Amino acid sequence: MMRIVKGNEAAAIAAKLAKPDVVAAYPITPSTDFPEKIAEYVANGELPHTQFIPVESEHSAMSACIGASAVGARACTATSSQGLELMHEMLFIASGMRLPIILYNANRALSAPINIWCDHQDSISARDTGWIQFYGENNQEALDLMLMSFRIAEDPRVLLPAMTCIDAFICTHTFEPVDIPSQEEVDAFLPPYKPTHVKLDPDEPMTLGPFGVPEYYQEMRYAQHLAMKNAEKVIDEVFEDFKRRFGRKYSKVSPYMIEDAEIVLITLGSVSGTTKEFIDKMRKEGKKIGMVKLTVLRPFPSKELIPLVKNARVVATLERNISLGYGGAIYADLAGTLINEEKRPLLIDFILGLGGRDITFKDMEEIIKVCEKLVEGERIERPVWIGIKKELV
Amino acid sequence: MSEATSLLASGHRACAGCGAAIAVRQVLEAAGPNTICVNATGCLEVTTTPYPQTAWRVPWIHVAFENAAAVASGIEAAYKALRAKGAIPKDKKPNVIAFAGDGGTFDIGLQALSGMLERGHDVLYVCYDNEAYMNTGIQRSSSTPFGAATTTSPAGKVIPGEMRKKKPIALIAAAHDIPYVATASIAFPADLKRKVKKALEVEGPSFLHILAPCPTGWRFGTEKTVEIARLAVETGVFVLYEITNENPLKPIVTKKIKDRKPVEEYLKLQGRFRHLFKPVKRQDIIDKIQEEVDRKCKLFGVDED
Repeated sequence: MMRIVKGNEAAAIAAKLAKPDVVAAYPITPSTDFPEKIAEYVANGELPHTQFIPVESEHSAMSACIGASAVGARACTATSSQGLELMHEMLFIASGMRLPIILYNANRALSAPINIWCDHQDSISARDTGWIQFYGENNQEALDLMLMSFRIAEDPRVLLPAMTCIDAFICTHTFEPVDIPSQEEVDAFLPPYKPTHVKLDPDEPMTLGPFGVPEYYQEMRYAQHLAMKNAEKVIDEVFEDFKRRFGRKYSKVSPYMIEDAEIVLITLGSVSGTTKEFIDKMRKEGKKIGMVKLTVLRPFPSKELIPLVKNARVVATLERNISLGYGGAIYADLAGTLINEEKRPLLIDFILGLGGRDITFKDMEEIIKVCEKLVEGERIERPVWIGIKKELV
Repeated sequence: MSEATSLLASGHRACAGCGAAIAVRQVLEAAGPNTICVNATGCLEVTTTPYPQTAWRVPWIHVAFENAAAVASGIEAAYKALRAKGAIPKDKKPNVIAFAGDGGTFDIGLQALSGMLERGHDVLYVCYDNEAYMNTGIQRSSSTPFGAATTTSPAGKVIPGEMRKKKPIALIAAAHDIPYVATASIAFPADLKRKVKKALEVEGPSFLHILAPCPTGWRFGTEKTVEIARLAVETGVFVLYEITNENPLKPIVTKKIKDRKPVEEYLKLQGRFRHLFKPVKRQDIIDKIQEEVDRKCKLFGVDED
């Protein structure tokens, strides 16, 4: 059924279709619609068994999800920005305890200064927490990825938490047509969660979250690493099954016009749409530019990326984040991925669109100019900041 | 209950004479095996679960320091949801008990605790109070009493130990207008167990504050734990009371004291108060402690005529 919905509602609908046992969430702009919608579904009897816990903080939101998931319940939450940071400590524990909790994150800039608009610093800063990370380009992707994330996270080969991220306001508050699957279709796609690895049941007492001494700790971390490795395969399987059932194709990386591209732009989230349009324009002018959109950031899709970008002259990452003192976070991942390839492109990272600043064609033209200089052999100091107002610095 | 069947098994790594371990054993004896425990980070968690060993014969979870109440909220809610959808039998309703020390309750976990109490989760929250951060090596908490020396409130040449008074945590819990709040002492196990049972019987949140002396942090012989816990009550330093739905917000003293002993008897047994006696006796501080205890005892109506 097609409906015109905001990104937040698309995510809430996905959660509803997954029939969660426990949703614990705390309001924060711009993801607040999510807990509101869940509360509304519960109040109207549309989620008859779901317990909605209106917690007193994001830290407690994730803590309550951990408690619920440890019982064997399906648990999910939503947050953004400062909220994700407040639950940062709990993100590690959720993944370390192998609890497939689902989180919806509205990508928003971090304080200070306080800013409620889009950038990716929040979830980028959580990339080492052991969570699978999906980035949606639009509201349809928000719904689909959220839905698929339950099945991927709960797969016995994975058992890791997963977050689906979409761009603040650009998606969260923008109405778009979204194809909403029926409950029957979702029930057939997403089986009930029945864990065997964790259980808080007096009939079979189990100790969860013990003290891990040096003789054991490292192996537990290694097991998480293996689970991430397994997730690579499971993500592909679930994307494939989703396509078969719902007709919408997903892949960890989505190339656009890359066959002969000399310059390839790497994107995350909603800017992918703008970039495609920009490429169409450039192509008409004879410029060989392509794009690869990343839908999955963790596990990092190295295997899929290498063949797509290795023949380009320059690969440029468009980063709505900054690892201060280094540069773009995705650049670092990409550089590490390509460094041992015999044939590899030049790489450069562009920092732009922070704190909700629009990314325009003009910005992209500037990016292409810098990339062309690189092709010509000029050395460029990176990262390159785009759109800095000199008079304000 | 015998050693062999205690729900907190022997062989854990707590110090000899640990008041917290005694408190937990007494709570579990009253609660029985149909119980899920949540444990905040702290001595209790560290000493009872060195992987791959565990001392817990009931289901147990540790997540972090500041969130035992929030984790317990999630567990209680999950059981509700699983019952509602028929995934587990309708009558499967284990006790959910959160254990946290004074650091995890008075300080870093207070927000999560307040949230859990206010939202009405059917959880018993037990604070085992040893009046400082013992797991990290005896730092002051907001539970550390006036005059006590800790590593972050040392007895110095100018400042004689902790100069703030103890936070009244049970009254703060009671201010949430929850069904049941009580204080208890490991020296009065029958009273403690009765309170645990009562707390578990009520629907909704309950809070139990147990004074759990710590030989290592309070600096006394490991054989004196119960004696000191008893003296805390008999001197009026720690008042045993409960607050129920019948008399909301009004503490009812459950152990009235006849011929209340002077606080000095309690203080002089503990190394954390040694600086009040040597090298010069700080009668002024001891008097101040006595005055405060007298004031509190009058307020609660502790003294038996």
